[in-house]
Amino acid sequence: MRTHSVLRTSTKLLMPPIMLFALYVQFHGDYGPGGGFQAGVIFAVAFILFTLIFGPARARRVAPEWVTTPMCALGVLLYAGVGVATMLLGGTYLDYNMLAHDPHHGQHLGILLVELGVGLTVWAVMVTIFLTFVERHAQREAAADPDAEEDGHA
Amino acid sequence: MEQVIDIVLLAFMVVVALAMIHLRNLFAVVMLSGIFSLLSAALFVVMDAVDVAFTEAAVGAGISTVLMLGTLALTAREESPRPRRHALLPLAVVTVTGAALIYGTLDMPHFGDPDAPIHQHVAPRYIVDSPREVGPPNMVTSVLASYRGYDTLGETTVIFTAGMGVMVLLGGLRSRRRKRRDPASPGSDTGETRP
Amino acid sequence: MLETVLGLYNYWIVIVLMMAGFYTVIARGNLAKKVIGLNIFQTSVFLMYITMGAVEGGTAPIVGAGTTLYSNPLPSVLILTAIVVGVATTALGLALAVRIRESFGTLEEDEVLALEHRMDGEA
Repeated sequence: MRTHSVLRTSTKLLMPPIMLFALYVQFHGDYGPGGGFQAGVIFAVAFILFTLIFGPARARRVAPEWVTTPMCALGVLLYAGVGVATMLLGGTYLDYNMLAHDPHHGQHLGILLVELGVGLTVWAVMVTIFLTFVERHAQREAAADPDAEEDGHA
Repeated sequence: MEQVIDIVLLAFMVVVALAMIHLRNLFAVVMLSGIFSLLSAALFVVMDAVDVAFTEAAVGAGISTVLMLGTLALTAREESPRPRRHALLPLAVVTVTGAALIYGTLDMPHFGDPDAPIHQHVAPRYIVDSPREVGPPNMVTSVLASYRGYDTLGETTVIFTAGMGVMVLLGGLRSRRRKRRDPASPGSDTGETRP
Repeated sequence: MLETVLGLYNYWIVIVLMMAGFYTVIARGNLAKKVIGLNIFQTSVFLMYITMGAVEGGTAPIVGAGTTLYSNPLPSVLILTAIVVGVATTALGLALAVRIRESFGTLEEDEVLALEHRMDGEA
């Protein structure tokens, strides 16, 4: 893909709007269609597009394994943690009314945090799954070449 | 007008599904599955489920298609052209099951019927009270994150688990290869041996 | 009669799609094709839920000025999460298919089973 300058340039141009749109979907989910699930997927699409054009090695520099793998768990933990927080504040599990003095504010904050957790997990899992598939392919191709040479020697 | 769009889109979906069964070139099948998802997303918009349409367009038509293409790159691009030996038995099973299910629909409430049982139980509570009880104008968000928060926590965990499963199954080829390469014998070209 | 057909048309098509997916799963030997068949089945279930949730003349369940009739938000919630979970589990199925192909060199069910039998015989 090193020579496809049109694809490379348009990818670079497209990535910021895609990510911005994902953030809009994430935080505007209360008012219009959208939410954590969709935002996570759209945010992952930006990384997938990047990987398709620039290859898995450069994608791993943008989203290294030590970021994506803990993020998978972090989202679930954030979600579950909101539930624990509401219990510590004296409510039942995931009872957002406890999070603020006004139940409406509490609900708003709770939904925001929970959706953020969902978005994080979905993003990280989608990027992880895609990069795992692509890296498997790249490693296998890299592994196939030296073997072929050795066969030639034998 | 809505009904006409509905009928046409569903007819398209049947055509695409039949083509997917018929074709043996898996690349073509994957492309058709993208079209299939996009058609269903359009149908969801017609049926007022905008959040679902949004998700289906992003996930079904986008991520699924890319993942399946990735799988094809790692496996085979063609289904093997063997004769359909037992084609009759599955066809009979499918026909009987389908007929039974269609018989079951005969006393279902009609499409769009506002008096259907599904609209009588919890839905009025969600529609009438959720702006007051929870707040967000989008009822789907209120139900998803607040009324049914446990549900969504479970779903998120399932996604997390599936991601871990894929990592366990497909990740880690590199480290295992390196270990095997150190002793003199090189592995097979896939780097895998049978257990 | 026409009213019945129009009223139940959605369900009938859903059943046709469901059976198309079911047929692919049981009649085709290729594991990747089976996963695609499961996907067709899954989408037909989504369509059925959303069909049940639609209300004649209703609008999307987002509060807006001047609208009083909304479609049912509950099926939307159930299906929206199911779609994302569906793609995650599909990825798991595809990963299994990749590993099977790496171990057996094929994705055809009968060839895999034959190889398995031979290995059992050797052991």
